[in-house]
Amino acid sequence: MLSFIIYKLLVCVIVFAISLGVAAYSTLWERKFAAFLQDRVGPDRAGPKGILQPLADGGKMFFKEEIIPNVSNRFLFILGPSLFMLTALMTGTVIPWGKDFTTTAGNTYSFQITDINIGVLYLLGVVSIGVYGIMIGGWASNNKYALLGAIRASSQMISYEIAMGISIIALIVTSGGTLSLREIVESQDAGVCNVVWQPLGFLIFFVCALAETNRAPFDLPECEAELVGGYHTEYSSMKLGLFLFAEYINMFISSAIMSAFYFGGYNFPFAQELYNTLGLETGSIWISIIGFGAFFTKIIIFINVFMWIRWTLPRFRYDQLMNLGWRILLPLSLLNLAITVVVEYFRGNIQF
Amino acid sequence: MQLTNRSKVVSDKHQTALEKLYLPAVLKGMSITISHLFKRSATVKYPEQKRAMAGVYRGQHILKLDENGAERCTACGLCAVACPAEAITMESAERKKGEEHLYREEKYAQTYEINMLRCIFCGLCEEACPKEAIFLTDRIVNTEFERDDFIYGKDKLVEKIDKRIDVTKRQTLEVAKFKQLADTKHNTVWTGKQIKGKH
Repeated sequence: MLSFIIYKLLVCVIVFAISLGVAAYSTLWERKFAAFLQDRVGPDRAGPKGILQPLADGGKMFFKEEIIPNVSNRFLFILGPSLFMLTALMTGTVIPWGKDFTTTAGNTYSFQITDINIGVLYLLGVVSIGVYGIMIGGWASNNKYALLGAIRASSQMISYEIAMGISIIALIVTSGGTLSLREIVESQDAGVCNVVWQPLGFLIFFVCALAETNRAPFDLPECEAELVGGYHTEYSSMKLGLFLFAEYINMFISSAIMSAFYFGGYNFPFAQELYNTLGLETGSIWISIIGFGAFFTKIIIFINVFMWIRWTLPRFRYDQLMNLGWRILLPLSLLNLAITVVVEYFRGNIQF
Repeated sequence: MQLTNRSKVVSDKHQTALEKLYLPAVLKGMSITISHLFKRSATVKYPEQKRAMAGVYRGQHILKLDENGAERCTACGLCAVACPAEAITMESAERKKGEEHLYREEKYAQTYEINMLRCIFCGLCEEACPKEAIFLTDRIVNTEFERDDFIYGKDKLVEKIDKRIDVTKRQTLEVAKFKQLADTKHNTVWTGKQIKGKH
């Protein structure tokens, strides 16, 4: 029992550390990537090649003056960013990071904090709580711009969650009616990942993930040109840092979810052949680690695509955003669901 | 009248179904941005790496010393008059006995100030100077934190005797010709006995 607790704690700490580490270096890579796309060099002053830039940014955030407006609701003002950060970190718990491995003593350990059988619902639930962080933060600031940004954020997130949810239903139908993330990933073990069966579903999910993470071109909640700073106008110091940082964690987690849902998670083509050539037996820790590496590579690619999109596309206008969400993505996702059900019926995966 | 063939006929026709998808346009835009990933950076790492500057660059001014190390400036004020930004001010003084090694002629600039925030680096002062005392060099004016620090006095403007600054590139052909004109004699030390037309 004690070893179980220690092992779970260890996994928790590792996932926590990886989330934060990836998010921290995403901030650097975002700037670097933007610089490369714009024919610049990017930040390169802090440490060799600018490798210490996230530390410098974090340090700066800590040493900045912390201002809590007099007219704000102090408790909610602090709760806002905390909640946003909390939900961002909570989503990492159900993601299967690698295959289970068995020690020589016969104990099986998995690269996952917990495998609950309603993992997908848990994800949707936690993600939808994330909007409360923005909403509370924007409202408690007692600032018009912050409130407008918060309203935009909440309406945007709610609108896109519907299309996202329906595209996930289609995915669940494809992957055999399970809500557990591990089982969804395992169902793609055969070599064909879900994106082959769900190209439209993936597209919808991807667009919705962009909107959910408030990234460009859907960064209306914080569009500087219209709303000063959006929902975090009144925030300063590390509370602002939490908001910005949580966005990067969200990006990391949604990249992980997309790779798990549609691109086979820790599976990769010719995995079994590779393990056979390396002479690894089933349950070996090296299989888990290689799988984790494959999963991580997919995540990094997705993060890069996120950034690539951000530095390419201009921001949507608000009515265009709502049009896209309600009048294009929602009918499309319903159509996708209908097609999926028909296709799966003829494939013999579901019976009526 | 059509001057170039770059103008495009604007049409207000509705988007086609393919255009309404936006995806082709999105992919096109993304291919453009990703192509820049493989291009050379257009910027340089400035303090370590400097771009080559034109030899005749108009940067920070210098008040030249003559070959003996005496100041050439006689505080005539022509540069201040020529200056379109009114950046130059000066006060003149009379040379005392025993200061001949310091000042070339018997009038000199006691103070000479250029406000580098006002200066537009047009080079008209240099053009106006009859004594070839002021030149613009290829040095860049430093950034400062205080506005007052941008007012450069003689301590910063006058060339150091042991650190001469080469301005030959800015001495144009016209300047060289002007120097050779016998009737101007602008470059000769006036002793009070010289006769016009003789060198």
